[in-house]
Amino acid sequence: MWLLRRLGLAVLTLWLVSVLVFLATAALGDPVRAILGRDYDTNVGRREQLEAQLGVGDSIVTRYFDWLGGLLTGDLGTSLANQQPVWGQISDTVVNTLVLVLLAALVMIPLAFGIAMISAHFRRRRPDTVIQTILLALAGVPEFVTGILLVALFSTSVFNIFPAVTLVSPGTRPWDSPEGMVLPVATLVVAVTPYVSRIVRATLLEVLDSDYVELARLKGIPEPVVMRKHALLNAIVPGIQVVALQLAWLAGGVVLVETLFSYPGVGRQLVDSVRNHDVPMVQALSMIIAGVYIVVNLVADVLSILLTPRARTAISS
Amino acid sequence: MSATASAPAAPSFLRRAMNQKRFAFGFVVTLLVVAFAIFAPFFSPYGEQETAGSPYSKAGLFGTDYLGQDVLSRLMHGGQGVLVISVLATLLGMVLGILIGVVAAYAGGWWDEVLMRFNDVLLAFPQILLALVVLTALQNPSAWVIVVLVGASHAPRVARVARGVALGIVSRDFVVAAEALGEKRSRVILAEVLPNMVGPLLAEAGLRLTYSIGLVAALGFLGFAADPGAANWGQMMNENRLGLATQPWAVLAPVLMIAIFTIATNLMADGLAQISQRGED
Repeated sequence: MWLLRRLGLAVLTLWLVSVLVFLATAALGDPVRAILGRDYDTNVGRREQLEAQLGVGDSIVTRYFDWLGGLLTGDLGTSLANQQPVWGQISDTVVNTLVLVLLAALVMIPLAFGIAMISAHFRRRRPDTVIQTILLALAGVPEFVTGILLVALFSTSVFNIFPAVTLVSPGTRPWDSPEGMVLPVATLVVAVTPYVSRIVRATLLEVLDSDYVELARLKGIPEPVVMRKHALLNAIVPGIQVVALQLAWLAGGVVLVETLFSYPGVGRQLVDSVRNHDVPMVQALSMIIAGVYIVVNLVADVLSILLTPRARTAISS
Repeated sequence: MSATASAPAAPSFLRRAMNQKRFAFGFVVTLLVVAFAIFAPFFSPYGEQETAGSPYSKAGLFGTDYLGQDVLSRLMHGGQGVLVISVLATLLGMVLGILIGVVAAYAGGWWDEVLMRFNDVLLAFPQILLALVVLTALQNPSAWVIVVLVGASHAPRVARVARGVALGIVSRDFVVAAEALGEKRSRVILAEVLPNMVGPLLAEAGLRLTYSIGLVAALGFLGFAADPGAANWGQMMNENRLGLATQPWAVLAPVLMIAIFTIATNLMADGLAQISQRGED
Protein backbone atom coordinates (compact mmCIF):
# COMPACT_ATOMS: atom_id res chain seq x y z
CA MET A 1 0.00 0.00 0.00
CA TRP A 2 2.76 2.37 0.99
CA LEU A 3 4.74 1.23 -2.04
CA LEU A 4 1.83 1.94 -4.38
CA ARG A 5 1.36 5.41 -2.93
CA ARG A 6 5.07 6.13 -3.32
CA LEU A 7 5.03 4.82 -6.92
CA GLY A 8 1.97 6.93 -7.70
CA LEU A 9 3.73 10.00 -6.35
CA ALA A 10 6.77 9.28 -8.51
CA VAL A 11 4.60 9.00 -11.62
CA LEU A 12 2.75 12.20 -10.72
CA THR A 13 6.06 14.00 -10.23
CA LEU A 14 7.35 12.72 -13.55
CA TRP A 15 4.22 13.99 -15.30
CA LEU A 16 4.50 17.45 -13.72
CA VAL A 17 8.17 17.50 -14.70
CA SER A 18 7.15 16.84 -18.30
CA VAL A 19 4.72 19.79 -18.17
CA LEU A 20 7.45 22.03 -16.79
CA VAL A 21 10.06 20.90 -19.31
CA PHE A 22 7.64 21.48 -22.14
CA LEU A 23 6.52 24.90 -20.94
CA ALA A 24 10.08 26.07 -20.24
CA THR A 25 11.34 25.10 -23.68
CA ALA A 26 8.31 25.86 -25.81
CA ALA A 27 6.49 28.73 -24.18
CA LEU A 28 9.03 30.99 -22.47
CA GLY A 29 11.02 32.07 -25.49
CA ASP A 30 10.94 31.80 -29.25
CA PRO A 31 13.23 28.93 -30.27
CA VAL A 32 12.82 29.58 -33.99
CA ARG A 33 13.96 33.17 -33.59
CA ALA A 34 16.84 31.98 -31.42
CA ILE A 35 17.99 29.42 -34.02
CA LEU A 36 17.82 31.70 -37.02
CA GLY A 37 19.09 34.82 -35.30
CA ARG A 38 19.54 37.55 -37.89
CA ASP A 39 18.15 35.33 -40.65
CA TYR A 40 14.74 35.30 -38.99
CA ASP A 41 13.31 37.98 -41.26
CA THR A 42 15.13 37.11 -44.48
CA ASN A 43 15.11 33.30 -44.59
CA VAL A 44 11.34 32.76 -44.68
CA GLY A 45 11.48 29.22 -46.10
CA ARG A 46 13.67 27.86 -43.29
CA ARG A 47 11.58 29.73 -40.73
CA GLU A 48 8.35 28.18 -41.97
CA GLN A 49 9.94 24.73 -42.07
CA LEU A 50 11.12 25.02 -38.44
CA GLU A 51 7.79 26.43 -37.31
CA ALA A 52 5.97 23.55 -39.00
CA GLN A 53 8.27 21.05 -37.30
CA LEU A 54 7.67 22.59 -33.88
CA GLY A 55 3.97 23.03 -34.66
CA VAL A 56 4.09 26.73 -33.78
CA GLY A 57 0.65 27.37 -35.29
CA ASP A 58 -1.15 24.91 -32.97
CA SER A 59 -2.20 25.75 -29.46
CA ILE A 60 0.25 25.02 -26.69
CA VAL A 61 -2.04 22.32 -25.23
CA THR A 62 -2.24 20.37 -28.50
CA ARG A 63 1.49 20.55 -28.91
CA TYR A 64 2.05 19.34 -25.37
CA PHE A 65 -0.16 16.31 -25.82
CA ASP A 66 1.39 15.50 -29.20
CA TRP A 67 4.78 15.56 -27.55
CA LEU A 68 3.66 13.59 -24.49
CA GLY A 69 2.04 10.97 -26.73
CA GLY A 70 5.30 10.61 -28.65
CA LEU A 71 7.24 10.39 -25.41
CA LEU A 72 5.06 7.57 -24.10
CA THR A 73 5.20 5.56 -27.33
CA GLY A 74 8.97 5.97 -27.59
CA ASP A 75 8.91 8.53 -30.41
CA LEU A 76 11.05 11.40 -29.18
CA GLY A 77 10.74 13.49 -32.32
CA THR A 78 13.31 14.80 -34.75
CA SER A 79 16.33 16.91 -33.92
CA LEU A 80 16.15 20.45 -35.28
CA ALA A 81 19.90 20.67 -35.71
CA ASN A 82 20.50 17.73 -38.05
CA GLN A 83 17.01 16.33 -38.83
CA GLN A 84 17.90 12.90 -37.39
CA PRO A 85 15.53 11.05 -35.04
CA VAL A 86 16.34 12.04 -31.43
CA TRP A 87 16.28 8.49 -30.09
CA GLY A 88 19.04 7.28 -32.44
CA GLN A 89 21.37 10.02 -31.23
CA ILE A 90 20.61 9.59 -27.57
CA SER A 91 20.76 5.83 -27.04
CA ASP A 92 24.57 5.58 -27.21
CA THR A 93 25.28 8.61 -25.07
CA VAL A 94 22.90 7.40 -22.34
CA VAL A 95 24.94 4.20 -22.04
CA ASN A 96 28.21 6.18 -21.99
CA THR A 97 26.96 8.39 -19.18
CA LEU A 98 25.64 5.44 -17.17
CA VAL A 99 29.05 3.77 -17.39
CA LEU A 100 30.75 6.97 -16.26
CA VAL A 101 28.43 7.44 -13.28
CA LEU A 102 28.60 3.76 -12.34
CA LEU A 103 32.40 3.80 -12.35
CA ALA A 104 32.40 6.95 -10.24
CA ALA A 105 29.99 5.33 -7.77
CA LEU A 106 32.10 2.15 -7.58
CA VAL A 107 35.17 4.18 -6.64
CA MET A 108 33.32 6.68 -4.47
CA ILE A 109 31.38 4.37 -2.12
CA PRO A 110 34.30 2.37 -0.65
CA LEU A 111 36.46 5.51 -0.60
CA ALA A 112 33.86 7.58 1.24
CA PHE A 113 33.13 4.86 3.78
CA GLY A 114 36.84 4.24 4.26
CA ILE A 115 37.59 7.90 4.93
CA ALA A 116 34.62 8.10 7.27
CA MET A 117 35.84 5.08 9.25
CA ILE A 118 39.37 6.44 9.57
CA SER A 119 38.00 9.80 10.61
CA ALA A 120 35.61 8.28 13.14
CA HIS A 121 38.42 6.13 14.53
CA PHE A 122 40.41 9.29 15.37
CA ARG A 123 37.30 11.14 16.46
CA ARG A 124 37.85 14.75 17.50
CA ARG A 125 41.61 14.36 17.46
CA ARG A 126 44.10 15.86 15.04
CA PRO A 127 43.76 13.48 12.01
CA ASP A 128 39.97 13.73 12.22
CA THR A 129 40.05 17.54 12.26
CA VAL A 130 42.43 17.65 9.32
CA ILE A 131 40.33 15.21 7.27
CA GLN A 132 37.11 17.04 8.08
CA THR A 133 38.54 20.43 7.14
CA ILE A 134 39.81 19.11 3.81
CA LEU A 135 36.46 17.45 3.06
CA LEU A 136 34.57 20.60 3.96
CA ALA A 137 36.76 22.70 1.72
CA LEU A 138 36.35 20.25 -1.18
CA ALA A 139 32.59 20.13 -0.69
CA GLY A 140 32.19 23.77 -1.67
CA VAL A 141 34.31 23.77 -4.81
CA PRO A 142 32.28 23.44 -8.03
CA GLU A 143 32.97 20.21 -9.92
CA PHE A 144 34.27 21.85 -13.07
CA VAL A 145 36.79 23.84 -11.03
CA THR A 146 38.09 20.58 -9.54
CA GLY A 147 38.13 19.16 -13.05
CA ILE A 148 40.22 21.98 -14.50
CA LEU A 149 42.66 21.75 -11.60
CA LEU A 150 43.00 17.99 -12.15
CA VAL A 151 43.60 18.55 -15.86
CA ALA A 152 46.27 21.15 -15.12
CA LEU A 153 47.88 18.82 -12.59
CA PHE A 154 47.78 15.50 -14.43
CA SER A 155 47.69 16.29 -18.10
CA THR A 156 49.04 19.69 -19.11
CA SER A 157 51.01 21.76 -16.67
CA VAL A 158 52.66 19.53 -14.06
CA PHE A 159 52.50 15.92 -15.16
CA ASN A 160 51.62 14.46 -18.54
CA ILE A 161 49.97 11.23 -17.48
CA PHE A 162 46.37 11.30 -18.64
CA PRO A 163 44.75 12.87 -21.71
CA ALA A 164 42.83 16.09 -21.02
CA VAL A 165 39.92 15.11 -23.25
CA THR A 166 38.18 11.86 -24.01
CA LEU A 167 38.80 11.28 -27.71
CA VAL A 168 36.40 8.75 -29.14
CA SER A 169 36.68 7.76 -32.79
CA PRO A 170 33.37 6.81 -34.45
CA GLY A 171 32.32 3.24 -33.80
CA THR A 172 34.29 2.87 -30.57
CA ARG A 173 33.26 3.41 -26.97
CA PRO A 174 34.98 5.65 -24.42
CA TRP A 175 36.04 2.66 -22.32
CA ASP A 176 38.02 1.28 -25.26
CA SER A 177 40.68 3.78 -24.22
CA PRO A 178 40.46 3.61 -20.42
CA GLU A 179 43.14 6.24 -19.72
CA GLY A 180 40.76 8.84 -21.14
CA MET A 181 38.18 8.01 -18.49
CA VAL A 182 40.45 8.40 -15.47
CA LEU A 183 40.14 12.17 -15.07
CA PRO A 184 36.36 12.42 -15.63
CA VAL A 185 35.76 9.64 -13.09
CA ALA A 186 38.23 11.21 -10.66
CA THR A 187 36.50 14.60 -10.93
CA LEU A 188 33.10 13.10 -10.17
CA VAL A 189 34.57 11.14 -7.25
CA VAL A 190 36.16 14.26 -5.74
CA ALA A 191 32.87 16.12 -6.19
CA VAL A 192 30.67 13.66 -4.26
CA THR A 193 32.94 11.86 -1.78
CA PRO A 194 33.05 14.74 0.77
CA TYR A 195 29.26 14.79 1.26
CA VAL A 196 28.90 11.03 1.65
CA SER A 197 31.93 10.77 3.89
CA ARG A 198 30.77 13.54 6.24
CA ILE A 199 27.31 12.05 6.70
CA VAL A 200 28.65 8.54 7.26
CA ARG A 201 31.16 9.84 9.81
CA ALA A 202 28.43 11.69 11.71
CA THR A 203 26.33 8.51 11.84
CA LEU A 204 29.31 6.40 12.91
CA LEU A 205 30.09 8.82 15.73
CA GLU A 206 26.48 8.77 16.90
CA VAL A 207 26.54 4.97 17.05
CA LEU A 208 30.00 4.77 18.64
CA ASP A 209 28.80 7.04 21.47
CA SER A 210 25.64 5.02 22.09
CA ASP A 211 25.01 2.82 25.12
CA TYR A 212 24.95 -0.52 23.37
CA VAL A 213 28.33 0.06 21.73
CA GLU A 214 29.66 1.01 25.17
CA LEU A 215 28.29 -2.30 26.45
CA ALA A 216 29.94 -4.18 23.58
CA ARG A 217 33.26 -2.55 24.48
CA LEU A 218 32.78 -3.43 28.17
CA LYS A 219 32.18 -7.03 27.16
CA GLY A 220 35.71 -6.94 25.76
CA ILE A 221 34.94 -6.95 22.06
CA PRO A 222 37.96 -5.46 20.26
CA GLU A 223 37.50 -1.97 18.76
CA PRO A 224 37.90 -3.01 15.08
CA VAL A 225 35.07 -5.54 15.50
CA VAL A 226 32.93 -2.91 17.21
CA MET A 227 33.57 -0.60 14.30
CA ARG A 228 32.77 -3.19 11.65
CA LYS A 229 29.87 -5.06 13.24
CA HIS A 230 28.11 -2.49 15.36
CA ALA A 231 28.90 0.88 13.90
CA LEU A 232 29.19 0.26 10.19
CA LEU A 233 25.99 -1.79 9.88
CA ASN A 234 24.05 1.02 11.51
CA ALA A 235 25.56 3.58 9.18
CA ILE A 236 24.32 1.74 6.10
CA VAL A 237 20.81 3.21 5.95
CA PRO A 238 21.84 6.87 6.20
CA GLY A 239 24.69 5.89 3.88
CA ILE A 240 22.29 4.58 1.24
CA GLN A 241 20.25 7.76 1.43
CA VAL A 242 23.17 10.10 0.99
CA VAL A 243 24.71 7.93 -1.75
CA ALA A 244 21.40 8.03 -3.62
CA LEU A 245 21.19 11.78 -3.15
CA GLN A 246 24.67 12.14 -4.58
CA LEU A 247 23.97 9.75 -7.48
CA ALA A 248 20.92 11.83 -8.28
CA TRP A 249 23.10 14.91 -8.06
CA LEU A 250 25.51 13.26 -10.50
CA ALA A 251 22.68 13.20 -13.05
CA GLY A 252 23.16 16.98 -13.19
CA GLY A 253 26.85 17.04 -12.30
CA VAL A 254 27.80 15.12 -15.44
CA VAL A 255 26.66 18.10 -17.53
CA LEU A 256 29.71 20.18 -16.63
CA VAL A 257 32.21 17.34 -16.25
CA GLU A 258 31.32 15.79 -19.61
CA THR A 259 31.53 19.17 -21.30
CA LEU A 260 34.92 19.83 -19.74
CA PHE A 261 36.38 16.51 -20.89
CA SER A 262 34.40 16.29 -24.15
CA TYR A 263 33.06 12.98 -22.88
CA PRO A 264 30.38 11.72 -25.31
CA GLY A 265 27.48 11.47 -22.83
CA VAL A 266 24.07 13.02 -22.24
CA GLY A 267 25.52 15.99 -20.36
CA ARG A 268 27.66 17.24 -23.19
CA GLN A 269 24.90 16.46 -25.65
CA LEU A 270 22.52 18.55 -23.55
CA VAL A 271 24.88 21.53 -23.55
CA ASP A 272 25.41 21.25 -27.32
CA SER A 273 21.66 21.02 -27.88
CA VAL A 274 21.02 24.04 -25.68
CA ARG A 275 23.60 25.99 -27.68
CA ASN A 276 21.88 24.94 -30.93
CA HIS A 277 18.44 25.72 -29.45
CA ASP A 278 17.53 22.17 -30.46
CA VAL A 279 14.22 21.97 -28.57
CA PRO A 280 13.27 18.28 -29.14
CA MET A 281 16.73 17.11 -28.05
CA VAL A 282 16.71 19.26 -24.91
CA GLN A 283 13.23 18.04 -24.00
CA ALA A 284 14.19 14.39 -24.37
CA LEU A 285 17.49 14.75 -22.51
CA SER A 286 16.01 16.70 -19.60
CA MET A 287 13.23 14.13 -19.24
CA ILE A 288 15.87 11.40 -19.06
CA ILE A 289 17.94 13.27 -16.45
CA ALA A 290 14.90 14.17 -14.32
CA GLY A 291 13.61 10.61 -14.72
CA VAL A 292 16.87 9.14 -13.44
CA TYR A 293 16.76 11.55 -10.51
CA ILE A 294 13.22 10.47 -9.56
CA VAL A 295 13.93 6.74 -9.96
CA VAL A 296 17.12 6.90 -7.88
CA ASN A 297 15.25 8.68 -5.07
CA LEU A 298 12.44 6.13 -5.26
CA VAL A 299 14.85 3.20 -5.02
CA ALA A 300 16.66 4.83 -2.10
CA ASP A 301 13.39 5.38 -0.22
CA VAL A 302 12.29 1.80 -0.75
CA LEU A 303 15.68 0.37 0.21
CA SER A 304 15.99 2.38 3.38
CA ILE A 305 12.47 1.40 4.45
CA LEU A 306 13.24 -2.26 3.81
CA LEU A 307 16.49 -2.04 5.78
CA THR A 308 14.98 -0.28 8.81
CA PRO A 309 12.89 -2.77 10.82
CA ARG A 310 11.16 0.00 12.79
CA ALA A 311 9.97 1.78 9.65
CA ARG A 312 8.99 -1.56 8.08
CA THR A 313 6.58 -2.37 10.89
CA ALA A 314 5.30 1.20 10.96
CA ILE A 315 4.14 1.14 7.34
CA SER A 316 2.75 -2.38 7.36
CA SER A 317 0.52 -1.74 10.34
CA MET B 1 13.19 40.02 6.96
CA SER B 2 12.33 42.11 9.99
CA ALA B 3 15.65 43.61 10.91
CA THR B 4 14.31 45.48 13.94
CA ALA B 5 13.10 42.38 15.74
CA SER B 6 16.34 40.47 15.23
CA ALA B 7 18.66 43.38 16.03
CA PRO B 8 19.14 42.64 19.75
CA ALA B 9 20.21 39.07 18.99
CA ALA B 10 22.49 39.95 16.08
CA PRO B 11 25.63 41.35 17.77
CA SER B 12 26.00 38.50 20.21
CA PHE B 13 25.41 36.04 17.40
CA LEU B 14 28.16 37.62 15.35
CA ARG B 15 30.53 37.69 18.32
CA ARG B 16 29.87 34.04 19.05
CA ALA B 17 30.45 33.31 15.38
CA MET B 18 33.78 35.15 15.26
CA ASN B 19 35.02 33.03 18.15
CA GLN B 20 34.68 30.01 15.96
CA LYS B 21 37.81 29.41 13.90
CA ARG B 22 36.04 27.94 10.91
CA PHE B 23 33.56 30.79 10.53
CA ALA B 24 36.15 33.50 11.24
CA PHE B 25 38.53 32.16 8.58
CA GLY B 26 35.78 31.78 5.98
CA PHE B 27 34.35 35.20 6.79
CA VAL B 28 37.70 36.99 6.50
CA VAL B 29 38.63 35.30 3.22
CA THR B 30 35.17 35.98 1.80
CA LEU B 31 35.52 39.66 2.70
CA LEU B 32 38.94 39.76 1.04
CA VAL B 33 37.60 38.25 -2.19
CA VAL B 34 34.61 40.60 -2.16
CA ALA B 35 36.92 43.58 -1.58
CA PHE B 36 39.11 42.37 -4.44
CA ALA B 37 36.10 42.08 -6.76
CA ILE B 38 34.85 45.56 -5.87
CA PHE B 39 38.05 47.58 -5.66
CA ALA B 40 40.54 45.79 -7.92
CA PRO B 41 39.16 47.31 -11.18
CA PHE B 42 40.47 50.71 -10.02
CA PHE B 43 44.03 49.40 -9.83
CA SER B 44 44.18 47.19 -12.91
CA PRO B 45 47.22 47.91 -15.13
CA TYR B 46 45.18 47.55 -18.33
CA GLY B 47 41.56 48.15 -19.27
CA GLU B 48 38.97 45.40 -19.32
CA GLN B 49 39.18 44.85 -23.08
CA GLU B 50 42.54 46.45 -23.81
CA THR B 51 45.12 44.48 -25.80
CA ALA B 52 48.38 44.14 -23.89
CA GLY B 53 50.44 41.93 -26.21
CA SER B 54 50.22 38.95 -28.52
CA PRO B 55 47.79 36.14 -27.58
CA TYR B 56 49.01 33.66 -24.92
CA SER B 57 52.26 35.53 -24.30
CA LYS B 58 54.09 35.72 -20.97
CA ALA B 59 53.85 39.51 -20.64
CA GLY B 60 52.62 40.67 -17.23
CA LEU B 61 52.13 38.71 -14.00
CA PHE B 62 49.73 36.10 -15.43
CA GLY B 63 50.50 36.60 -19.13
CA THR B 64 47.89 37.37 -21.78
CA ASP B 65 44.76 35.55 -22.91
CA TYR B 66 43.42 34.31 -26.25
CA LEU B 67 42.96 37.87 -27.56
CA GLY B 68 46.19 39.20 -26.06
CA GLN B 69 44.41 40.91 -23.17
CA ASP B 70 46.22 41.11 -19.84
CA VAL B 71 44.99 38.22 -17.64
CA LEU B 72 45.64 40.05 -14.36
CA SER B 73 43.53 43.01 -15.49
CA ARG B 74 40.76 40.71 -16.70
CA LEU B 75 40.90 38.91 -13.36
CA MET B 76 40.56 42.22 -11.52
CA HIS B 77 37.58 43.26 -13.64
CA GLY B 78 35.95 39.83 -13.73
CA GLY B 79 34.88 39.48 -10.12
CA GLN B 80 32.11 42.04 -9.98
CA GLY B 81 29.81 40.29 -12.42
CA VAL B 82 30.07 36.94 -10.66
CA LEU B 83 29.71 38.55 -7.23
CA VAL B 84 26.68 40.73 -8.00
CA ILE B 85 24.77 38.04 -9.89
CA SER B 86 25.52 35.41 -7.21
CA VAL B 87 24.44 37.65 -4.33
CA LEU B 88 21.25 38.76 -6.08
CA ALA B 89 20.40 35.18 -7.04
CA THR B 90 21.00 34.04 -3.47
CA LEU B 91 18.74 36.79 -2.12
CA LEU B 92 16.00 35.96 -4.61
CA GLY B 93 16.23 32.24 -3.86
CA MET B 94 16.19 32.83 -0.10
CA VAL B 95 13.19 35.19 -0.19
CA LEU B 96 11.15 32.92 -2.48
CA GLY B 97 12.12 29.79 -0.59
CA ILE B 98 11.45 31.25 2.86
CA LEU B 99 8.09 32.53 1.67
CA ILE B 100 7.03 29.12 0.34
CA GLY B 101 8.46 27.18 3.27
CA VAL B 102 7.10 29.36 6.08
CA VAL B 103 3.67 29.71 4.51
CA ALA B 104 3.50 25.93 4.05
CA ALA B 105 4.52 25.29 7.65
CA TYR B 106 2.26 28.00 9.08
CA ALA B 107 -0.82 27.26 6.99
CA GLY B 108 -0.42 23.50 7.40
CA GLY B 109 -2.90 20.91 6.14
CA TRP B 110 -3.93 21.04 2.52
CA TRP B 111 -1.81 24.07 1.61
CA ASP B 112 1.25 22.43 3.08
CA GLU B 113 0.63 19.24 1.12
CA VAL B 114 0.12 20.99 -2.23
CA LEU B 115 3.03 23.42 -1.85
CA MET B 116 5.44 20.70 -0.82
CA ARG B 117 4.34 18.27 -3.55
CA PHE B 118 4.97 20.94 -6.13
CA ASN B 119 8.25 21.66 -4.43
CA ASP B 120 9.22 18.01 -4.86
CA VAL B 121 8.61 18.33 -8.59
CA LEU B 122 11.00 21.27 -8.80
CA LEU B 123 13.53 19.34 -6.75
CA ALA B 124 13.62 16.67 -9.44
CA PHE B 125 15.53 19.10 -11.66
CA PRO B 126 19.24 19.26 -10.98
CA GLN B 127 19.93 22.99 -10.56
CA ILE B 128 22.02 23.40 -13.70
CA LEU B 129 19.37 21.59 -15.74
CA LEU B 130 16.67 24.10 -14.81
CA ALA B 131 18.83 26.93 -16.08
CA LEU B 132 19.80 25.12 -19.28
CA VAL B 133 16.23 24.15 -20.18
CA VAL B 134 15.11 27.77 -20.12
CA LEU B 135 18.22 29.01 -21.92
CA THR B 136 17.32 26.74 -24.88
CA ALA B 137 14.68 29.11 -26.14
CA LEU B 138 16.58 32.34 -25.49
CA GLN B 139 19.12 33.98 -27.72
CA ASN B 140 21.33 36.13 -25.52
CA PRO B 141 20.41 35.88 -21.84
CA SER B 142 20.70 39.19 -20.01
CA ALA B 143 22.17 39.31 -16.52
CA TRP B 144 18.78 39.37 -14.80
CA VAL B 145 17.72 36.19 -16.62
CA ILE B 146 20.66 34.42 -14.99
CA VAL B 147 19.78 35.93 -11.61
CA VAL B 148 16.19 34.68 -11.94
CA LEU B 149 17.23 31.23 -13.17
CA VAL B 150 19.80 30.63 -10.43
CA GLY B 151 17.52 32.12 -7.78
CA ALA B 152 14.55 30.05 -8.91
CA SER B 153 16.63 26.87 -8.83
CA HIS B 154 17.54 27.63 -5.19
CA ALA B 155 13.98 28.36 -4.05
CA PRO B 156 12.65 24.78 -3.69
CA ARG B 157 15.75 23.73 -1.76
CA VAL B 158 15.53 26.71 0.59
CA ALA B 159 11.79 26.10 0.96
CA ARG B 160 12.36 22.59 2.27
CA VAL B 161 14.83 23.80 4.88
CA ALA B 162 12.71 26.81 5.85
CA ARG B 163 9.63 24.64 6.27
CA GLY B 164 11.53 22.22 8.47
CA VAL B 165 12.78 25.01 10.73
CA ALA B 166 9.42 26.80 10.81
CA LEU B 167 7.53 23.61 11.75
CA GLY B 168 9.42 23.57 15.03
CA ILE B 169 8.38 27.17 15.75
CA VAL B 170 4.77 27.56 14.61
CA SER B 171 3.48 25.26 17.35
CA ARG B 172 5.36 27.01 20.16
CA ASP B 173 3.50 28.94 22.86
CA PHE B 174 4.45 32.47 21.86
CA VAL B 175 3.08 31.97 18.35
CA VAL B 176 -0.17 30.57 19.71
CA ALA B 177 -0.31 33.48 22.15
CA ALA B 178 0.16 36.05 19.40
CA GLU B 179 -2.65 34.43 17.44
CA ALA B 180 -4.88 34.42 20.51
CA LEU B 181 -4.26 38.17 20.85
CA GLY B 182 -5.75 38.58 17.39
CA GLU B 183 -2.57 39.52 15.54
CA LYS B 184 -2.80 39.43 11.77
CA ARG B 185 -1.37 36.21 10.32
CA SER B 186 1.16 38.06 8.14
CA ARG B 187 2.32 39.93 11.26
CA VAL B 188 2.66 36.72 13.23
CA ILE B 189 4.94 35.35 10.52
CA LEU B 190 7.04 38.51 10.26
CA ALA B 191 7.32 39.38 13.95
CA GLU B 192 7.15 36.03 15.73
CA VAL B 193 8.20 33.22 13.39
CA LEU B 194 10.92 34.69 11.17
CA PRO B 195 13.13 36.29 13.85
CA ASN B 196 13.47 32.89 15.48
CA MET B 197 14.70 31.32 12.27
CA VAL B 198 17.62 33.69 11.66
CA GLY B 199 20.41 31.31 12.67
CA PRO B 200 19.55 28.31 10.48
CA LEU B 201 18.51 30.59 7.63
CA LEU B 202 21.84 32.46 7.69
CA ALA B 203 23.64 29.12 7.46
CA GLU B 204 21.42 28.16 4.53
CA ALA B 205 22.10 31.52 2.86
CA GLY B 206 25.84 30.90 3.13
CA LEU B 207 25.45 27.50 1.52
CA ARG B 208 23.25 28.94 -1.22
CA LEU B 209 25.82 31.66 -1.89
CA THR B 210 28.45 28.96 -2.36
CA TYR B 211 26.26 27.16 -4.88
CA SER B 212 25.28 30.43 -6.58
CA ILE B 213 28.91 31.27 -7.24
CA GLY B 214 29.45 27.78 -8.60
CA LEU B 215 26.36 27.94 -10.84
CA VAL B 216 27.03 31.43 -12.16
CA ALA B 217 30.62 30.50 -12.94
CA ALA B 218 29.41 27.24 -14.49
CA LEU B 219 27.02 29.04 -16.84
CA GLY B 220 29.86 31.35 -17.85
CA PHE B 221 32.10 28.32 -18.32
CA LEU B 222 29.51 26.71 -20.61
CA GLY B 223 29.44 29.90 -22.65
CA PHE B 224 26.02 31.21 -21.59
CA ALA B 225 27.13 34.59 -20.32
CA ALA B 226 25.19 37.82 -20.41
CA ASP B 227 27.86 39.90 -22.10
CA PRO B 228 30.25 37.92 -24.33
CA GLY B 229 33.05 40.52 -24.43
CA ALA B 230 33.15 41.36 -20.73
CA ALA B 231 35.61 39.93 -18.25
CA ASN B 232 33.98 37.33 -16.02
CA TRP B 233 35.71 34.56 -14.08
CA GLY B 234 33.43 31.86 -15.46
CA GLN B 235 33.73 33.08 -19.03
CA MET B 236 37.51 33.48 -18.78
CA MET B 237 37.85 29.74 -18.16
CA ASN B 238 35.78 29.06 -21.27
CA GLU B 239 37.61 31.56 -23.51
CA ASN B 240 41.08 30.37 -22.65
CA ARG B 241 40.47 26.62 -22.33
CA LEU B 242 42.28 25.78 -25.56
CA GLY B 243 45.39 27.55 -24.29
CA LEU B 244 45.56 25.56 -21.06
CA ALA B 245 48.69 23.75 -22.22
CA THR B 246 50.58 26.83 -23.43
CA GLN B 247 49.41 29.58 -21.06
CA PRO B 248 47.80 27.85 -18.05
CA TRP B 249 47.46 31.03 -15.93
CA ALA B 250 44.77 32.45 -18.22
CA VAL B 251 42.54 29.59 -17.00
CA LEU B 252 44.03 28.81 -13.61
CA ALA B 253 43.85 32.36 -12.23
CA PRO B 254 40.02 32.59 -12.47
CA VAL B 255 39.71 28.92 -11.46
CA LEU B 256 41.68 29.57 -8.28
CA MET B 257 39.64 32.69 -7.49
CA ILE B 258 36.40 30.69 -7.78
CA ALA B 259 37.89 27.87 -5.72
CA ILE B 260 39.04 30.22 -2.92
CA PHE B 261 35.74 32.08 -2.94
CA THR B 262 33.60 28.93 -2.71
CA ILE B 263 35.81 27.31 -0.07
CA ALA B 264 35.55 30.46 2.05
CA THR B 265 31.78 30.84 1.78
CA ASN B 266 31.32 27.13 2.46
CA LEU B 267 33.46 27.27 5.62
CA MET B 268 31.45 30.30 6.70
CA ALA B 269 28.16 28.50 6.08
CA ASP B 270 29.27 25.40 7.97
CA GLY B 271 30.45 27.53 10.90
CA LEU B 272 27.06 29.27 11.00
CA ALA B 273 25.27 25.93 10.89
CA GLN B 274 27.26 24.63 13.85
CA ILE B 275 26.59 27.76 15.90
CA SER B 276 22.86 27.75 15.21
CA GLN B 277 22.69 24.05 16.11
CA ARG B 278 24.52 24.62 19.36
CA GLY B 279 22.31 27.62 20.12
CA GLU B 280 19.23 25.42 20.17
CA ASP B 281 20.56 23.04 22.80
